[in-house]
Amino acid sequence: MNTSLPAEDRQDFQEILRLVRPGARVLDVGCGEGALLDLLRQHKGVDGRGIEISSEGVAACLERGLAVMQGDADRDLEEFPAETFDYAILSQTLQAVRQPRKVLSDLLRLAERAIVSFPNFGHWRVRMSLLTQGRMPDTPALPDPWWATPNIHLCTLRDFTELCADLNLRIEAATSLSDRRPARSIDPARPIENWRAEQALFLLSRHHHGESLPRTPGELFG
Amino acid sequence: MTETAHAIHSIAMDGGVLRLDAGLRLESGGKLDGVEIAYRTYGRLNADKSNAILICHALTMDQFVASPHPHTGKPGWWTQVVGPGRPIDLDRYFVICSNVLGGCMGSTGPSSLDPATGRTYGLSFPVITIADMVRAQALLVQALGVETLFAVVGGSMGGMQVLQWAADYPERLFAAVCIASAARHSAQNIAFHEVGRQAVMADPDWCGGDYVRLGSRPEKGLAVARMAANITYLSEPALQRRFGRELQRDGLSWGFDADFQVESYLRHQGASFVDRFDANAYLYITRAMDYFDLAAAHGGVLAQAFRRAQAVRFYVLSFTSDWLYPTAESRHIVRALNAAGVRASFLEIESDKGHDAFLLDEPVLRQTLKGFLDAAAETRGL
Repeated sequence: MNTSLPAEDRQDFQEILRLVRPGARVLDVGCGEGALLDLLRQHKGVDGRGIEISSEGVAACLERGLAVMQGDADRDLEEFPAETFDYAILSQTLQAVRQPRKVLSDLLRLAERAIVSFPNFGHWRVRMSLLTQGRMPDTPALPDPWWATPNIHLCTLRDFTELCADLNLRIEAATSLSDRRPARSIDPARPIENWRAEQALFLLSRHHHGESLPRTPGELFG
Repeated sequence: MTETAHAIHSIAMDGGVLRLDAGLRLESGGKLDGVEIAYRTYGRLNADKSNAILICHALTMDQFVASPHPHTGKPGWWTQVVGPGRPIDLDRYFVICSNVLGGCMGSTGPSSLDPATGRTYGLSFPVITIADMVRAQALLVQALGVETLFAVVGGSMGGMQVLQWAADYPERLFAAVCIASAARHSAQNIAFHEVGRQAVMADPDWCGGDYVRLGSRPEKGLAVARMAANITYLSEPALQRRFGRELQRDGLSWGFDADFQVESYLRHQGASFVDRFDANAYLYITRAMDYFDLAAAHGGVLAQAFRRAQAVRFYVLSFTSDWLYPTAESRHIVRALNAAGVRASFLEIESDKGHDAFLLDEPVLRQTLKGFLDAAAETRGL
């Protein structure tokens, strides 16, 4: 996702704005300078909190009048008690944390719903880059060389949906995002979407009553 | 709150001494009579009395936060932060700072006269607590006509008072800033204070605490206490950078003179401290800090202390090299605030200046404090 765009123009932010219920309690993990929380406050009247690792980001959030804690997703989600929030947002960060599985379940301990976005490593450009050049991808969604990328746990759409099933999480909505096209609602179980989605954004919730999703059957080239 | 009724008509707005004619109830039980609280104010209180900030001072500071110290002539102790155009902007806010109960800059303390006997209290002064200090401040704030403080701000022991304010008077606060502090004294904190107190009490001129009446001063003991404490306020890299193994003059003395610059520095710190501080006040205030354990008064659960403070906006700060009140203590506070549902912000500032960083020129401290207060002021309509 092009993070240099003005906050209002970012597809992922627009999609999150669409998903979040007005007046909700929202935690933005890795909130940067608080642009998303600011949008959510202005347009949805949310009660927002942020977690941000850089002191510059924390300073910018404070200037915006946002409540923000210095910290990171791996260590500091434990600072909040369970079910404090209606939504916990992890935007373009899951692939950069040390323990994605733990972070994901922490998010859904803190909040009723989680909104998670990440670059899809199953996108056709990534696959082509590996297949034809034998190199790590250099795509709009993954622009950094392998030795400089913060991404240490890249995954595909299919990997992610399987992890959600494993953690017994319900996928309430999924969206395919790209810089050039408008956001598109997708069925993440369809193998074609794993080829087509450059970025994916999920709205997740905990399953109640012990229900669980049927697992997607394995398919060649899925 | 009828205790202040008598005082209100006579209180001066720019500073002076508030006399609590009805006495002050103490946490230890009982009441202290004839209590006086010395204070200074800066800036102007606005018409609806909504722009007041109470600054709570640390162990050896005083009410002279932004004006020269009357004894030493040195500038106010927080002019980096408090002043026109500073984060605590005196063109915008009305600042109140009082000498703590138990202190020695005009507020009632162990070297004041006991109205019952007409003699100096000495060790007959009751042990006071952070909660007692805050109760006295609350009466002062009320006497000044301020129903709700815009903010209460403090570092170190001042931060403990901020936490106590949030626990005891949350409805009288809009925002709170707790810098380089803790919700309880650790074993190490108590240990260092005990070294200081033992140094004072080992001085023969302390005279069992009765030195004022006997006309002596335990200067050596208090100086040693200050020297030891001073080390805890600095980080190892800060000491090393400033002094290293630099010598006072060429060559070693082959004796016990202050050969090293760090020795000379500490001796100077000790010697100048005794000119402005009272030994018994040091004992009582360090004791108040040692007794501080905000969770203990709330069933051992710190979050319970902040249960009523949900409407208070909190900003908690620590410094990376502060080993006296390390970041873990601030995080402990923040976790409790979060658990209580308080709007808490937290930042650990990168600094190698140790605990003293909160008193020094720290740009990130100034910038974020300004950001936090400006945004809160906007919400408050200031």
